Amino acid sequence: MSSTIHEARRTAGPAGEAAVTEKVTIATAVRDALALEMERDPRVIVMGEDVGVNGGVFRATEGLLERFGPERVLDTPLAEDGIIGTAVGMAMTGLRPVAEIQFMGFVYPAVNQLLAHMARIRNRTRGRFHAPMVVRMPYGGGIHAPESHSESYEAMFLNAPGIKVVVPSTPRDTRGLLASAIRDEDPVVFLEPKRIYRAFREEVPVEPFTIPLGVASIPHPGEQVTLVAWGAMVRVCLEAARALEREGISAEVVDLRTLNPLDRDTLLESVRKTGRCVVVHEAPRTAGFGAELVALINEHALLDLEAPVQRVTGFDTVFPYARLEHHYLPNRDRVLRAVKKTFEF
Amino acid sequence: MPRKPIVTATIERLEILSPDGSVDEALLPELSGEDMVGLYREMVRMRAYDEKAVKLQRQGRMGTWAPLKGQEAPQAALALAMEPEDWLIPAFREHGIMLARGVPGHVLYAYWAGDERGSAFPEDVRVFPIPVPVGSQFAHGAGVGMSLALRGEPGVAVTFGGDGATSEGDFHEALNFAGVFRARTIFVIQNNQWAISVPREKQTAAETLAQKAVAHGIPGIQVDGNDVFAVHVAAREALDRARSGEGPTLIEAVTYRLGDHTTADDAGRYRDPEELARWQERDPIPRMRRFLEARGLWDEQQELVLTDEATAWVEAQVEALEAMPAPDPADIFRYMYAEMPASLREQMEELREEVSS
Ligand SMILES: Cc1ncc(C[n+]2csc(CCOP(=O)(O)OP(=O)(O)O)c2C)c(N)n1
Ligand SMILES: [Mg+2]
Repeated sequence: MSSTIHEARRTAGPAGEAAVTEKVTIATAVRDALALEMERDPRVIVMGEDVGVNGGVFRATEGLLERFGPERVLDTPLAEDGIIGTAVGMAMTGLRPVAEIQFMGFVYPAVNQLLAHMARIRNRTRGRFHAPMVVRMPYGGGIHAPESHSESYEAMFLNAPGIKVVVPSTPRDTRGLLASAIRDEDPVVFLEPKRIYRAFREEVPVEPFTIPLGVASIPHPGEQVTLVAWGAMVRVCLEAARALEREGISAEVVDLRTLNPLDRDTLLESVRKTGRCVVVHEAPRTAGFGAELVALINEHALLDLEAPVQRVTGFDTVFPYARLEHHYLPNRDRVLRAVKKTFEF
Repeated sequence: MPRKPIVTATIERLEILSPDGSVDEALLPELSGEDMVGLYREMVRMRAYDEKAVKLQRQGRMGTWAPLKGQEAPQAALALAMEPEDWLIPAFREHGIMLARGVPGHVLYAYWAGDERGSAFPEDVRVFPIPVPVGSQFAHGAGVGMSLALRGEPGVAVTFGGDGATSEGDFHEALNFAGVFRARTIFVIQNNQWAISVPREKQTAAETLAQKAVAHGIPGIQVDGNDVFAVHVAAREALDRARSGEGPTLIEAVTYRLGDHTTADDAGRYRDPEELARWQERDPIPRMRRFLEARGLWDEQQELVLTDEATAWVEAQVEALEAMPAPDPADIFRYMYAEMPASLREQMEELREEVSS
């Protein structure tokens, strides 16, 4: 972090007091959050494939090995089930491992440990043990990556009670949410939208801070339609909201930030206010998290709706190779068409 | 009751062709001059194909590519030792042997250029598609070996993987199944010393990868993987054993990845340039050339002709790749199920409308 500290400048913090900030990307924010938490808490260790000497294939752990040494930054053998299984053992006995899965498409070998153990250990030992650990993984498409490098299977973890699921969409949120995830007493799957790892920079306080899990944000307030998203899709929704603004339609963008625990209040309040809603995610439509959100809205705000909630999602197909991926990924125009449907109902 | 050793295991290492081109005559396999030259020609073609792909990637005409440079010998040796009825279950750095087993060059390029048609090999090509999840192919290899025997078909399954892949549980489960069912399967580990930035010593505390066979009750051997003859001998023995129903074999071919992990990687971040230089001296191609020249099987003129041939062949693959019509977006849906469900048809129509509007 100190490498870029010269870029830091003083700006007014949220509470009005001056805070030292620096302009960083999401990838750098991940690294900074890890470094700060490692500094704060000697129990925090980082482990995974290529996270040490190489600093991670996305450079999200760059410099940590040099700073904290090989006992706290572990280049592991190439074995996802081994990584998560050992992290569970460590977490159950007093460490706070932050394990990296290099890409979400490679998490499957570890699903046994994640779902059969990490998610259940608190419950099945009636609280005798718990697994305070974080599993970070880059997810999502849009970078022309090879096969199996673009998956968005967050729904798999959301259907496994016991796991918290966090998806930041900005550098600031990344810093604050990752810090909270590491300090959390329960296991957290932390999904990093690789498409926007370096897409933009944002001023982020240099000092440690947290953003609580389970609190959504509203990056674009509005009155007539609610656009709900997380991760890279938040930016797609913001683009749509700006386009709608030009047409005189006021859209509110809700960035869920945490999918479990879910900030129902912010979501429902927004939908009750606007009466229209479009849910956007990259994952396949069927049994995607969007379906859960639609159900929730129907259960709690049906009579406030002017039109059925629309979903803009990936198709119910395998994620296409690079040449066709732009046809798969939700984009601004698809969101605009869905919004139109809610007005023409 | 005394303690006594009950298992002792020995792992052999086989070397035949030295970097200076000299050979151990007693161990040299009985190959015709034509076959020996053929091995060399294959390796040169593989390298030309590989180097072209790296260039294409730099020019924005290719997606991420995993260079095979330096690992030609195991691929050429296995290709020569295998029979037409054998199956190849590759990892993702096996471009060379995939070509040698009949995958068209432009098709394989298409895969790496981000096109699903690049995994649609011609019907008569007994090669599995590239598996991206590391280590996941080994069990397929065991399964194919079992399947051939169960269906009473001739043939052996040859599956490849890297040193890093031996850390995955999949690898051990596959060896175990192959051992228990005496599968007609050969496991070839291309130990190129690195799994992205992680060196071989950090994958396992074991001295060799070949010895992983011991715990699964199957034979294992280490060979100089830059020595095409050593690999060929080990491959022949393993194939014969499998064919005669004596079960699987693990071959560790010790080689080196002369390039970056992929075109998205920069090995300079984690690798000592001196190590790279040492391995460049052990390059499998010049050593084979020295050998052939010393035997009078090869000369400068032939080399020039081969270089031209290889370049022309590679250029033809690039042309064929770039002549492929753009993929049809509807293909995203067409191959999901034998019959397309109505809900998927709807999604396909949505996309069609969007694309045509
Ligand atoms: C299950 C899984 N985990 C991680 C990756 C990312 N990855 C791709 S190749 C690779 C290293 C493979 O090393 P090795 O098996 O030695 O093969 P090599 O690349 O050296 O040919 C890694 C970690 C992956 N593709 N699949
Ligand atoms: Mg390797």
